[in-house]
Amino acid sequence: MSIPVLLFASYADAFGTRELEVPVEAPCPVQTLVDTLRGMPGGDRLPPRVLVAVNQRLADTAAVLQPGDEVALIPPVAGG
Amino acid sequence: MALLHAAIVSAPIDVSALILRAQDTGVGALSVFLGTVRDLNDGRPVTGIDYEAYEGMAAKELAAVAEEVCAATPGLRVALEHRIGTLGIGDVSVAIVAAHAHRAQACDGARAIIESLKQRVPVWKREHYVDGDRVWIDPTKGQGAADMSVPTQGSE
Repeated sequence: MSIPVLLFASYADAFGTRELEVPVEAPCPVQTLVDTLRGMPGGDRLPPRVLVAVNQRLADTAAVLQPGDEVALIPPVAGG
Repeated sequence: MALLHAAIVSAPIDVSALILRAQDTGVGALSVFLGTVRDLNDGRPVTGIDYEAYEGMAAKELAAVAEEVCAATPGLRVALEHRIGTLGIGDVSVAIVAAHAHRAQACDGARAIIESLKQRVPVWKREHYVDGDRVWIDPTKGQGAADMSVPTQGSE
């Protein structure tokens, strides 16, 4: 099982893709997903604190991912 | 609450159309904020900017930012758009029209929306430099790092 994660901007560059299958099984905490990502190729380029959006809302690291959730990593925003 | 229009767009922003959306018979002041791509950032010549968004979430956050300011400012009427894609020098990346019976609310409303937008809406920009280098801008690094409330570097 795996969870698809959407990547944008510098994070998409770090992992070399815009959508990554992360080998963790839902339900699992956001923190577990982030820890797993750090061990994947390119994961060493993530900053110490990574924001995660679940179903298009920022989620706490203790939040639990459910099967079918839309998960995205959110780099530091720079709009305007 | 009067958020009339909020959208992430890829075509050039039609500012006149946004003004028409915000205009109303009770409006006595209409403030327009435009963020544009400038040719210099941190002393380095810039030739253009790629804007990228998490489109679904960005559209929701754009609307949420404007709705919060409208909720805090009774009578405010807002229409806004953020553009994504590759923009050249002088192109409009974001347009906010805030209309009210009175000028203070219109001007303050537009200012409040752009400040909150820059903190919250999932949009990213990659600057193009004269030497061909391209860099994603990270407002948490460099001059703004010590205080997250400081407006980001680069274009508005």
